[in-house]
Amino acid sequence: MSRSDYEVVIGLEVHAELSTKTKIFCSCPTEFGGDPNTHTCPVCMAMPGALPVLNEKVVEYAVKAGLATNCEISRDSKNDRKNYFYPDLPKSYQISQFDKPLCEHGYVEIEDDEGNLKKVRILRIHIEEDAGKLNHNEFGGGSLVDLNRAGVPLIETVSEPDLRSAKEAENYLRKLKSIFEYIEVSDCKMQEGSLRADVNVSVHKPGTPFGTRTEMKNMNSFRSIVRAIEYEIDRQIDVIEDGGVIEQETLRWDDVSGRTFSMRDKEDAQDYRYFPDPDLVAIRLPEDYIEEIRKNLPELPESRKERYTSEYGLSEKDANLLTASKYMSNLFEGANKICNNPKAVANWLLSDISRILNEKEMEPEQIPFTAEQLAKMIELIEKGTISSAIGKKVITELFENPKDPEEIIKEKGWIQISDEGAIKEVVMKILEANPQSVSDFKAGKDKALGFLVGQAMKETRGQANPQMLNKMFLEELNK
Amino acid sequence: MNITELTVHELKDKLASKELTVSEITKAYVDRINEKESEVGAFVTTYCDEAISKAKEIEEKVNSGEIKGELAGIPIGIKDNINVKGAKTTCSSKMLENFVSPYDATVTEKLNAENLINLGKLNMDEFAMGGSTEHSAFHNTQNPWNLNCVPGGSSGGSAAAVAAGMVPWALGSDTGGSIRQPASFCGVVGLKPTYGLVSRYGLVAFASSLDQIGPITKDVEDCAMLLNIITGHDEKDTTSENIEKVDYTKVLKNDVKGLRIGVPKEFYAEGINEEVKAKLEEAIAKYKELGAEVEEFSLDVAKYSLASYYIIACAEASSNLGRFDGIRYGYRTENYTNLRELFRNSRSEGFGEEVKRRIMLGTYVLSSGYYDAYYKKAQQVRTLVRSEFNKAFEKYDVIITPTSPVVAFETGSKSNNPLEMYLADICTVSVNIAGLPGISIPCGVDSNGMPVGMQIIGNRFEESTILNAAYTYEQATKFRDNYKPEFKGGAE
Repeated sequence: MSRSDYEVVIGLEVHAELSTKTKIFCSCPTEFGGDPNTHTCPVCMAMPGALPVLNEKVVEYAVKAGLATNCEISRDSKNDRKNYFYPDLPKSYQISQFDKPLCEHGYVEIEDDEGNLKKVRILRIHIEEDAGKLNHNEFGGGSLVDLNRAGVPLIETVSEPDLRSAKEAENYLRKLKSIFEYIEVSDCKMQEGSLRADVNVSVHKPGTPFGTRTEMKNMNSFRSIVRAIEYEIDRQIDVIEDGGVIEQETLRWDDVSGRTFSMRDKEDAQDYRYFPDPDLVAIRLPEDYIEEIRKNLPELPESRKERYTSEYGLSEKDANLLTASKYMSNLFEGANKICNNPKAVANWLLSDISRILNEKEMEPEQIPFTAEQLAKMIELIEKGTISSAIGKKVITELFENPKDPEEIIKEKGWIQISDEGAIKEVVMKILEANPQSVSDFKAGKDKALGFLVGQAMKETRGQANPQMLNKMFLEELNK
Repeated sequence: MNITELTVHELKDKLASKELTVSEITKAYVDRINEKESEVGAFVTTYCDEAISKAKEIEEKVNSGEIKGELAGIPIGIKDNINVKGAKTTCSSKMLENFVSPYDATVTEKLNAENLINLGKLNMDEFAMGGSTEHSAFHNTQNPWNLNCVPGGSSGGSAAAVAAGMVPWALGSDTGGSIRQPASFCGVVGLKPTYGLVSRYGLVAFASSLDQIGPITKDVEDCAMLLNIITGHDEKDTTSENIEKVDYTKVLKNDVKGLRIGVPKEFYAEGINEEVKAKLEEAIAKYKELGAEVEEFSLDVAKYSLASYYIIACAEASSNLGRFDGIRYGYRTENYTNLRELFRNSRSEGFGEEVKRRIMLGTYVLSSGYYDAYYKKAQQVRTLVRSEFNKAFEKYDVIITPTSPVVAFETGSKSNNPLEMYLADICTVSVNIAGLPGISIPCGVDSNGMPVGMQIIGNRFEESTILNAAYTYEQATKFRDNYKPEFKGGAE
């Protein structure tokens, strides 16, 4: 038996921090960072007697997320308490939603492993509050609690177990991330933990019931999610092949060793004792409220894609790549608005910039330069101020030290030499130094021209205008 | 003139006519506290010195015209589960023995806006769980009518302090009778407002869907005045209702002609003390004499209220009291080597027996596998109780019952029998379960001279109706003119 004899079943529970200005039950800022316990008040510190008040923006954002993922929106919903003790949970219960989530029965479309469109069903999206953060030994010995994050609003999106590979899981998560970014409900910064996923994995032989699943909690990078799933698939198959049984348990993925560890603790068998929060009144959403949100939903990736192919004449594939990330897509639109050269902007984004992102393991939202800076660089090439070869160097520099490309090329002395006198001087020098190439050319070997131009470019550290060089070499050689 | 025997409306008049000054009033109360507190034990914390300097400050500001308000400078006592910024809020628990509140409850802000003077924080059953104030982690409170008896509870400190003249009025809180029952035991007036009339923000939660803050006062007019101060919609409490403010002092018409009174026979049946029953019958006869229409009826479902109440209240409490975990504030055990022990031992050592009993009950009824049989069922009963009351209020304007089936009992006589204590809440809990307003006023004393309380229940937000009914009876019977607490018994 081998791995291909098994079918893999994956489901994701994705937590996205909502980008509301204030917390879900008080008016403290949701801003990331800050000195410990400075974004707090009696409510999010769970002082005795303090009461929560639901932030209406949270409901609005969750409804947006539901509508953008084809969910049904519940007109009648409520908040429930999930009770458990942990030092980062100041009330000893998390206000969440149990049996009446705001959104249910949705789906998103992703590309499956064969490149076909596939619907991944969404079971539910509910609102809840984030917990605080424990700092272990960061401020001297012992663990200290920082409640700045306590009460930051989250939506939890629970998929049906419709995913069949690590790649599909990644595609699904990228899709959700992209949608949430487009509708501006979350900034989805995985490195700051504002988007994280609990991953459920099981394997079974086709035609048999689903296997027992294990859960890996709080995964916050695409790379580790893919690695963890791959590892867990192999581990489960090995256990089964060796005649063992998979136990339903929570696992911890360790990125360094590249394996999962059991977090099992018998005493931790949790009974959350969910019950409706008596401090909060039921959430009732009128139909026209939902319709108003539906009407004002921002443009989603699908429709942008359409526009890119029809309006800008981009290929389906390029349009797809550009719109996968809202940041990438916005950068494209922003730059194009200035330089009005969609093909060039798309090319730069999808070739050099994407390559650098890959190398640096960065996400598009981490691109440090602006659409204006990118547009300016493209314009400089068009005007002939710099060559595309210099353009590549400018892009690299923009990643390191983002500023006006004009300033960069000035500082670095990268301005293209288009002065006829200067070009002529270089041409004469190269011709003189390469008599063999000159005679080769005259003997009909056209390739020699390329060599000579190359030498001239080298001589000018890529700054000579290549068209002018070509023209002038030809003139001289044909004399 | 004995200042501490005056009602607040009398004090207000004497301040207006300059017969008395703010300082004189505060001084009189501080003297009374110094005289009587050692016998009664109504306070957890007193602010006597602070009150005297605050009185001077307010007096100057009133004289200079900087502050107005006819109640400026009137002292008050506050139950120790209501937050006052910079003051301890102990809930009479070891858990919060040294907890200083960083914020004001909404009702505290309202008292401050009237420039009332806080004389101190009043003793209670720990976390408001109990009916005798014997569950205070610090000390018992004695009943000013008989120092060997309990003052009731959980707002026993508030009721005893008002009865003893150590504060002119006080705030209590009522989850299942905790204002009305001690008011009844101490011969004073106590009102539990309709759920949602008074903001709960800053009241340390016992059972969120039942808790309400309310006044404990010497008479009905004072009750109306204090209710005027504390009511109003609060954006910080989503369960507080946004309804138009009523001036409750304007509804005291001293007239009950045509008032339709329902008398639910189940409240006068088994378990009721005969003398209490007799006093209630006298009171009802008085209402007839005053022109009210009285009819007996059956409120059958009320008998299920008690079970429903203890399930819902304990369930909510088990969750509400989770925050007392030894992490951020409050008691922390010294005896721990890991997180689990820190939680377990802090809570085991910090909470008293009654609190732990209720947390365990509540945890049990919410557990998976039991939720449907207990918590869900209790909520269904709650819906039934509400609809039964709704039906009753189609026929009656008010419903009259005893506040408690018994009068104040001797300290220690019931403390080993929690179930008997729970049963004594039978008359009051259905009012909380249904979210209705209820007032307790004295309607005489028994053969031992202990006060008997009458409970008048109204429809939702019909505080005006029950206040007028209570006021009319009070004016006709003048309880305060006939009976006074005598501080009998106590240390021989």
